[in-house]
Amino acid sequence: MSPVDPDAYGAQNLGKASDPAAVDVVRDPETIDGTLVDDPSVRAPLVLGGRDFHSVTETICGWSENKAPGWWLPAFMFSAATAGVAGLMILYLVTTGVGVWGLNNPVAWGWAIVNFVWWVGIGHAGTLISAILCIFKQKWRTSINRFAEAMTIFAVICAGTFPGIHVGRIWFAWFLFPIPNSNSIWPNFKSPLLWDVFAVGTYFTVSLLFWYMGMIPDIATFRDRAIKRMDLRKTIGPFQLAVGKIAAFGYGVASLGWRFSHRHWQNYEKAYILLAGIATPLVLSVHSVVSFDFAVAVVPGWHTTIFPPYFVAGAIFSGFAMVLTLLIPARALYPGMKDFVTARTIENMCKIITVTGSMVGFAYIMEFFIAWYSASSYESEAFIIRALGPYWWAYFIMFFCNVLSPQVFWLKWARSTPWFIFIVTIFVNIGMWFERFVIVTTLSSDFMPSSWGYYAPTYVDVLTFVGSLGIFMTLFLLFMRFLPMLAISEVKNVLPQANPHAAPPPPAGAPATNGEAR
Amino acid sequence: MATHTEYTSESGEPIWGIFGEFKDPSAIYHGAEIVRDAGVKKWDVHSPFPIHGMDEAMGLSGPKVGYLVAFGGMLGASGAMLMQWYMNAYDYKFIVADKPFFAWEQFLPVTFELGVLISAFFAIFGMLALNKLPMFYHPLFKKERFLRASDDGFFIAIEARDSTFNPEKSRELLERAGAFNIELVEE
Repeated sequence: MSPVDPDAYGAQNLGKASDPAAVDVVRDPETIDGTLVDDPSVRAPLVLGGRDFHSVTETICGWSENKAPGWWLPAFMFSAATAGVAGLMILYLVTTGVGVWGLNNPVAWGWAIVNFVWWVGIGHAGTLISAILCIFKQKWRTSINRFAEAMTIFAVICAGTFPGIHVGRIWFAWFLFPIPNSNSIWPNFKSPLLWDVFAVGTYFTVSLLFWYMGMIPDIATFRDRAIKRMDLRKTIGPFQLAVGKIAAFGYGVASLGWRFSHRHWQNYEKAYILLAGIATPLVLSVHSVVSFDFAVAVVPGWHTTIFPPYFVAGAIFSGFAMVLTLLIPARALYPGMKDFVTARTIENMCKIITVTGSMVGFAYIMEFFIAWYSASSYESEAFIIRALGPYWWAYFIMFFCNVLSPQVFWLKWARSTPWFIFIVTIFVNIGMWFERFVIVTTLSSDFMPSSWGYYAPTYVDVLTFVGSLGIFMTLFLLFMRFLPMLAISEVKNVLPQANPHAAPPPPAGAPATNGEAR
Repeated sequence: MATHTEYTSESGEPIWGIFGEFKDPSAIYHGAEIVRDAGVKKWDVHSPFPIHGMDEAMGLSGPKVGYLVAFGGMLGASGAMLMQWYMNAYDYKFIVADKPFFAWEQFLPVTFELGVLISAFFAIFGMLALNKLPMFYHPLFKKERFLRASDDGFFIAIEARDSTFNPEKSRELLERAGAFNIELVEE
């Protein structure tokens, strides 16, 4: 690329320079914190509080460097204890057998698969926010992408646990992978269950790499600050811990010697956008493949082509709900977070929840229509039993939570009141769990009425699920304590002063943009 | 990092280069243009975030990582198809639901997933390799002021390996580019 004349380059870029600070920040009930501007010609500010680069670093690093907030340790102990319950239940399951669960014949898939699909679905928000919104240049995502990616990884860890322990003889779980073995047999690549192994495995690995790569510069920021506090020591009981040295070493290794060089940034940004590009079809493929587990089976109520898009919409729906469930308390508890996670960010997410919730609702109704229109008596019977049969209550909870509750976000009050949004997101999380429960319990009334029965979980099922929530929260609390919770360098990049063409006076002939609404 | 250099500092240590600070993205952007036009080749800009348009201001050619990703994607996808053919249609044939031993349709999901997986590996590890990372030691890290590159500092560093390097002349160049706090860096 030949060097461009600096003035020509500057003039060419000034026109498209985005300068959110040019918009007057008015704090009033209409726009909440000044970001809920309805006029599409006005760009809402992305970061509030008139922050400069240094104050962004101070605030975000401070969350990890300062003494943990008072609620952190109790919350961590409680989560870790809950995770321990999952550990005990899994131990009991492995030593005894899957009979400790409520599985029966024909309901050979029970809570384990419900939990698996629920957790994988939740895991979709992270990569959606970091990849798809990155490609669409939605800059408001910079304040939540790290948070959502972390949530994705921990949710997929919880998800992966369930099929792993569901195989029964867990010591044969490696048969899932194409590893040469003494029986010289290979896995069956025609099975959706094996596709699932590859889809979820790839999703986890790519999400982890994406998350880590995005974090390298921010960990380097942590490293540089830890180097200045090398002498820090902490007394824990009888031990003296050189926390300063441990932090400098740990962050130093993890940041790979990143030195903020522009020659590095160039490759980094390219790799980031390419990863976003390849992660976009990946997000859409993972839950499609998960839905094949059901759709490829010849069971009435499962064997439908609507499953892949409907599962993907549901996954995004539940993932965004879970991000908000975690984000709203964090935003209230961490000082300064409201400057980055603005009311507009929350509102945008509420809108996505309403859109995807409506898509899910459309799919529920369309399933019924197709069941009738197909003129297959097994198919229509399966759906009538699903809605009006012994599990009518689960169907009702699903329909109420997923289709009706997110419609409240049509009201501006509802999508700008955090505590209310929090309640709705809890509804959505519950509703999405029941959606998978409704699908799985279709098995309880199959082709042979003689084998119909009522599937109910045992206490082991319930406690394993509750324990998986503990695993998730334990990992998440550790993340909040020790890693950069917001993408520091990305947030700095969306500040108005990050634009190299904002400060100098515009060359003659260039359109003046500062101070005008666009 | 160690290269032959004819310059030594007052304490007799070989000199790695020289670096100066700039006050904001705009200043370093215009400073980079001046250093670029002076014909310096072995130099770098350090900033807390990637500055838009800096590629042109530094006169860099486009990043190469895209070729690696394309290669990784093709390698992963073709390797996956070949693996499935070998395992299910050649080495260990078995009949499942009367499906053919080999048909590309049934192997597509795994082919897609492995294509994505391998290209993602090439994207991140290729990026690190092109950047010669991890590199835990670098002369610039010895300068405490340089650590602010991760916070709010903007720096340009010129290496002594560059053919135009000369402690005095390079200092003048950085001054002309608008730098302050200019310091020599020992290896």
